[in-house]
Amino acid sequence: MALRKALTPLLHWFRTRFGHVPVGAWLLGAAVAAFLERLLGPDLAYLLGLGSVPAIFGLSIILKTPSLIPSVLVFVVLMYVIPTLVVAWLSRALFLWWEEQLSVPVYVFLHVLFLFLVLYFWSQVDPYRLLVLRLLGINILLTLSLNLVNGWMGEFSVSVAGFMSVGAYVSSVFMVWGFVHDDVFGPPVFPEFLAPFAFPLALILAGAVTAVTALLVAVPSFRTRGDYLAIITLAYVFIVKSTVENLDFIGGPRGFMNQPEVASFTVVFIWTVLGIWVMWNYVTSILGKATNAVRDNESAAEMMTVDTRKVKIVAFLTHAFWSGVAGGLYAHVLGYINPSSFDLRKSAEILGMLYLGGLNSVSGSIVGPVLFMFLTEILRPFQLAKWLVIPVILIYAMIRRPRGLMGFQELRIPFLTRRQQAKEEARAYGVTGN
Amino acid sequence: MALLEIRNMTHWFGGLRAVYNFNTRIEPGEIRGLIGPNGAGKTTVFNLVTGFYTPTEGQIFFLGREITGLRPHQIGRLGISRTFQNLRLWTHLTALDNVKIAYYSQIRYGLIGAFFNTRARREEEERIDHEARQLMRMLDIDQYAHRVVSGLPYGIQRKVEIARALATKPKLLLLDEPTAGMGPAEMEETMAFIRRIRDQFNLTIWLIEHKMKFVMGLCGWIQVLNFGEIIAEGPPEEIQRNPEVIRAYLGEMVEL
Repeated sequence: MALRKALTPLLHWFRTRFGHVPVGAWLLGAAVAAFLERLLGPDLAYLLGLGSVPAIFGLSIILKTPSLIPSVLVFVVLMYVIPTLVVAWLSRALFLWWEEQLSVPVYVFLHVLFLFLVLYFWSQVDPYRLLVLRLLGINILLTLSLNLVNGWMGEFSVSVAGFMSVGAYVSSVFMVWGFVHDDVFGPPVFPEFLAPFAFPLALILAGAVTAVTALLVAVPSFRTRGDYLAIITLAYVFIVKSTVENLDFIGGPRGFMNQPEVASFTVVFIWTVLGIWVMWNYVTSILGKATNAVRDNESAAEMMTVDTRKVKIVAFLTHAFWSGVAGGLYAHVLGYINPSSFDLRKSAEILGMLYLGGLNSVSGSIVGPVLFMFLTEILRPFQLAKWLVIPVILIYAMIRRPRGLMGFQELRIPFLTRRQQAKEEARAYGVTGN
Repeated sequence: MALLEIRNMTHWFGGLRAVYNFNTRIEPGEIRGLIGPNGAGKTTVFNLVTGFYTPTEGQIFFLGREITGLRPHQIGRLGISRTFQNLRLWTHLTALDNVKIAYYSQIRYGLIGAFFNTRARREEEERIDHEARQLMRMLDIDQYAHRVVSGLPYGIQRKVEIARALATKPKLLLLDEPTAGMGPAEMEETMAFIRRIRDQFNLTIWLIEHKMKFVMGLCGWIQVLNFGEIIAEGPPEEIQRNPEVIRAYLGEMVEL
């Protein structure tokens, strides 16, 4: 309470000063800050006696050696807070002008571009950040695709680890067979410089094969509702795991490596954005909203001409496809996979992110993984004890917000909300037009 | 040609005979009534016609085409829609989305359009949005378009359900107890409302109702069901005087 009281004037000052700085200006500010950190970060960290640039805003350093708190604070203020505030404040007019001039898709694209720059510069400083950010993108894809089934469709699937596994192995085999000199698959079939260009194909193939295996699960289980899907998908995870363990040409339980290095941060970012965009489009279309109708009342959906069986299969296969793609990215980010990286614990982790973020929400499926990974990474100094701390935090979050942080709602981005309101008013008064 | 024709329809739930030898012909433009005491099998008849159950025996023809054994969404596409006895709205969605989803079978853009937000999809969704709003305006519920339906008053929810059924562009609309939970004033209003939508949308209406006054005032032809069998049919005045019907209904009343 005392803390909140102390912060109130600060918050008030912040709100009056920076309340209507557009999102884009913040992103630009953060991009500049990240760029500056890349230039000056290591030197500043050395001067402050931090050794190296604090990986995640110095939060884990604080937990490990509290005596460094002042240095970390100085670093964060100098490196992040001041540049971001200054640039955001100065560029606010530019973004307000752009908001009027540019069409919505172009303006949104601009935001994505600045977000990319922020993360790109930030990840270049430290290979650890690079790894965490790429895994984060993958986790977002997994969570969002799972949300289609568990949130929008209201069923319960746990097969996400199995789908990842299929996608990871299919894409790995394709890439290693095609582009790497390997003991099992022999010399590369195609010239090696083509590997980055073939990677999208490998991912699509991975997603497609995953979707085909998912069809085997979907067809019998969607004739009925209830717990069947949970049980069948549970079985799916085990079937995939023991199948892979018994296939010797992909390494069996020893695992499979030698994947070419094609999953750079940029590649993962593009696929994540693409996945979010495609799934967002689907759930906002009437065809996609029919998934909600099936969840809320299936027989009414049937009567209102919705082909419920098809709707369910589409949602489930989309889940499988994107989980397969994410699995393919995962294999190439780590460069090594083995069957036990895709066991039930992996599914449980994704389910944790999903329910933390909230069902039936695209923004929840982004917020969930971000928060979950942020927690697991900053609590690293606690080592094993973090698995006592994190569940407590999750349980607390569930008590405070039973539907998850963003359940059944979307994050409101100011400029999009403004556009939508204008459109809505035009529609309500019967004025049509684009 | 009759709009709907049912020949010798019988349905068994295991050892229970829910509907026995049901025959009817419904002509275009009619408002037809189906009445009977509780548990007589009225809703079962509707469930059979709309494909939720497949009749054990008998045939159903819609516009001369046999629809026995089709799935509900196929029957819905052919032009039969219905409301449910206890509202079955999609409770997490807004009223507008409830209506828009019922346009499902009229959507021409495919999955590619949905996933990649193609121009065809945007145009089509704009058109459906416009049409759905217009439909809601005709039923005086457009001011609730963006409200989540579970929070709306009961009477409005009923209208949303009817709007949703109309969005599928039905020729035959089945109403399962449209006045459930209504007082006498609202009942009058609902009678006028049903006549109005019949004329406005060129509908044929078949309704199940308990309230005699309502059915008598609205329907031109009434069938009375008891224990799954038709015990009487005819125009309202005849039904009112029919001793069998009085016994079926009063028999129930005397026990009270």
